[in-house]
Amino acid sequence: MERITIDPITRLEGHGKIEIFLDEKGNVANTYFQIPELRGFERFCVGRQVEEIPILTNRICGVCPEAHHMAGAKAVDAVYHVDPPRTAKLLRELLYSAFYVTDHTTHFYALAGPDFVMGPDAPVAERNILGVIHKVGLEIGGQVIQCRKYGHTVVEMIGGRKVHPCTSIPGGLTKGITEDQRQEIEKMGRWAIEFAQFSLKLFNDIVLGNQAYVDLILGDIYTHRTHYIGMVDENNKTNFYDGKISVVDPDGKRLGKYAPSEYTDWIAEHVEPWSYLKYPYLKKVGWKGFVDGKDSGVYCATPLSRLNASDGMATPLAQAEYEKFFSTLGGKPVHQRLATHWARLIELLYAAEHWVELATDPEITSDNFRTVPTEKPTEGVGIVEAPRGTLTHHYWTDERGIATRVNLVVGTTNNYAPISMSIKKAAQSLIKEGTVITEGLLNMVEMAFRAYDPCFGCATHSLPGQMPLQVTIYDAQRNPIEVLKQAC
Amino acid sequence: MSEQFEPVIIGFTCNWCSYRAADLAGTSRIKYPPNVRLIRLMCSGRLDPTFVIKALAGGADGVLITGCHPGECHYLDQNYKAMRRYLLLRRTLVQMGIEPQRVKLVWASAAEGARLASEITKLVEEIRLLGPLNWPTSTNGKVELIESMEVPA
Amino acid sequence: MTASSNGKPKFAMYWASSCGGCEIAVLNIHEKILDVDANFEVVFWPVAMDAKYKDVEAMPDGSILLTLFNGAIRNDENAHMAQLLRRKSQILVAFGSCANEGCMPALANLSSVQEIIDTAYSTITTDNPQGIRPQPNYTVPEGDLHIPTLYPIVRTLDQVVKVDYYMPGCPPESHQIAAVIDLVVKVLHGEAQLPPSGSVIGAGNSTVCDECTRQRDVKTIKEFKRIQHVMLDTQVCILEQGVLCSGPATRSGCKALCPAAGSPCIGCYGPAEGVLDYGARLISAVASVIDSNDPAEIDRILDGIPDPAGMFYRFNLAGSVLRASKSAWLNKPS
Repeated sequence: MERITIDPITRLEGHGKIEIFLDEKGNVANTYFQIPELRGFERFCVGRQVEEIPILTNRICGVCPEAHHMAGAKAVDAVYHVDPPRTAKLLRELLYSAFYVTDHTTHFYALAGPDFVMGPDAPVAERNILGVIHKVGLEIGGQVIQCRKYGHTVVEMIGGRKVHPCTSIPGGLTKGITEDQRQEIEKMGRWAIEFAQFSLKLFNDIVLGNQAYVDLILGDIYTHRTHYIGMVDENNKTNFYDGKISVVDPDGKRLGKYAPSEYTDWIAEHVEPWSYLKYPYLKKVGWKGFVDGKDSGVYCATPLSRLNASDGMATPLAQAEYEKFFSTLGGKPVHQRLATHWARLIELLYAAEHWVELATDPEITSDNFRTVPTEKPTEGVGIVEAPRGTLTHHYWTDERGIATRVNLVVGTTNNYAPISMSIKKAAQSLIKEGTVITEGLLNMVEMAFRAYDPCFGCATHSLPGQMPLQVTIYDAQRNPIEVLKQAC
Repeated sequence: MSEQFEPVIIGFTCNWCSYRAADLAGTSRIKYPPNVRLIRLMCSGRLDPTFVIKALAGGADGVLITGCHPGECHYLDQNYKAMRRYLLLRRTLVQMGIEPQRVKLVWASAAEGARLASEITKLVEEIRLLGPLNWPTSTNGKVELIESMEVPA
Repeated sequence: MTASSNGKPKFAMYWASSCGGCEIAVLNIHEKILDVDANFEVVFWPVAMDAKYKDVEAMPDGSILLTLFNGAIRNDENAHMAQLLRRKSQILVAFGSCANEGCMPALANLSSVQEIIDTAYSTITTDNPQGIRPQPNYTVPEGDLHIPTLYPIVRTLDQVVKVDYYMPGCPPESHQIAAVIDLVVKVLHGEAQLPPSGSVIGAGNSTVCDECTRQRDVKTIKEFKRIQHVMLDTQVCILEQGVLCSGPATRSGCKALCPAAGSPCIGCYGPAEGVLDYGARLISAVASVIDSNDPAEIDRILDGIPDPAGMFYRFNLAGSVLRASKSAWLNKPS
């Protein structure tokens, strides 16, 4: 069979590649999305002192170490059966909200923005952050840099470092913040709210104001009807830091809400021999393969999923956007994957509003940010919503607090099956008998997985920031006959 | 009949007590196996755990550390430091898959030539029983392990 | 120095078995990234732009002036890229702890690679009754599929290719990266000289203790404590309070951020100047300050360090003298 190899895919944890197989007519017979990396955290965290693991697992991902650090922090709290003081939880969630603002900004402007601002078929040389800045103004680039700077400043103030925070321990944090720091954090948070609103307006003017893009978003190529999960608070509003995981089916019906200690009743992981990454699916529905529908256990965990799985946003400006989102797209749940970009901006606004809420809480500067654990360590689960999906850390220890077993279900991993399905559907729709493979076509295959923001959001900068893609087309004798790539 | 395994043991001896004990064994014509290669330090407290690790990684099957008896150190109490480092080092080596019996600390005064010789003899037999260490980074290690990691050009 | 078609020297950054934190650290130099853009043509940086492996293979040898290589060498694809980028680059920098000394991925060197794989595909949530393991080569109905092979142990970059400069840190702090970029730009303009080949750049020549503002006095440890069980005094040396801190063996350059935040130094900047084996240095420092001369009591105190290899070689296992446990080397269960 003829084969098109796309290697490497980027903006994913580690590396990835896609194999597209064509039948004799030139239609796509099948695609395989392979992950070529395995480091083994679930093994080498065993034998370590359990309070180390929130620091070790930071290094699963240097873009979202805050997510691993928080999931780990909550897991070790659970291991030691200790409840941190309210100030510790506020501070952790404040760090987390600022991180969310930074991270979602990065993805939207550097990765997603060019597709919509410049257009999916725009010349390769312009379809990147430089082109975006040229089109919308140099000021924007500076604002995105500022947003990243502010976010990482908050992370360092509370977490100790800009990348790989170090201050969460069982029972709380190793430091608090001063009133001066709090004022600075509040000021940056208020700026972030304005920036989030500006970003939503940008999306509204440039994307929703353009019928061609609206058609693309609503089109069938990038639509999948799957289950959705996302963390919600006790009012069923989206929360990134604490709560239970709401699970809804493709019709939007809630199948249940599970607490962290119950995740093994809900989530299982399927294995294929041609990739190092596993495919999570809903246990109660079962693994039926890479298919859509109510009877398939495939589920998504993305900003779109979180909005589908919740009843609203907990802050007013974001809630207004949430309502506008669903009324524009025809009700809940929304299945169009490209709408994830919009959902991501709504989450950005919520994170900024929540940043200010937390920064103005009277207990945020209290010096009661630690409880010393007194119970013996046993076992614990910590779950947060990473920007790219629900993140679960589960540790078991011996009586000394040495880890004996570790299980991790990581953000992007949740989406491995839906991403694979999105790639296949996009390839099948776009590559048919007689199709001439163009740069625009390559980009539209990319857009299928870019909406999921697979694990890595590259910050804004003035480098050409586009997907490296090369398509090699082989004839029946496996001789390469044409090589197309996106030029720099 | 196969050749008997002859352990290679590096012995770090302190100048003031144990090196003189070894000397005494020699001048007294007390036989002890030649497997131990002696390296003289001014004090057992000079022993950097790196020396032990380098010896094992470089092909030694065992390491002997000798010093003055507690309370008799020429530099007052540096031999206690040697003892603490030795105890912590052995625990670490266990996690690396190296049997703790391969590293031994022995106190010997300058007059105890016979005793030192018998300790050395005992250690050689203990390590002979354990077998060769063959650490893969050494020349007598499993070189093919490293060759199997040759990068594709 | 070879100039590219638009006159600017070429720059590349690549990630092997890593986490992406080094890329974020580079981007956290914020506006200074414009200096990189103004002075270099970025020809390969998979996270940020679209050059492919084939593009790198097509470049003339030595045509890339400067490559920052982060990530450890875990599998044959990592090794292949290390070799490839060595050929294509004039200056190859081992960037970040993974490339310098192994970092987190090298903790896998305490287990056999078979145990690593078996654990991943048999966790509590993994549904794998047939015991499937990923195969480097696998045939599906449509054709053959291929994924990289894991080597028995994780290696550092300079255990695979010759490295010109070493920039430590997990990740290197952004102020250090900015300083290195400033230096490189000056060198390009003929205003400064590159340091001698093989140097450590972007870091200090002393230990983290020198940068730490806590007060240090004589250390006499009667008990090692776990951080969650002690309320640390914020002004006093952490090690003196009985909590393990890796500062004494770790290279300076980070401004001792973690001790300033109330958390012990974990050693992410790698060995200080002149240290051959990082873990041995820490063993020596920590053991020396134990306040006891009685072997039984010393043993009891040492029970407070239940995982010495994990604590002392946390970032440095692949770069240490022993490099891996015996079971990892032999790919046999521990």
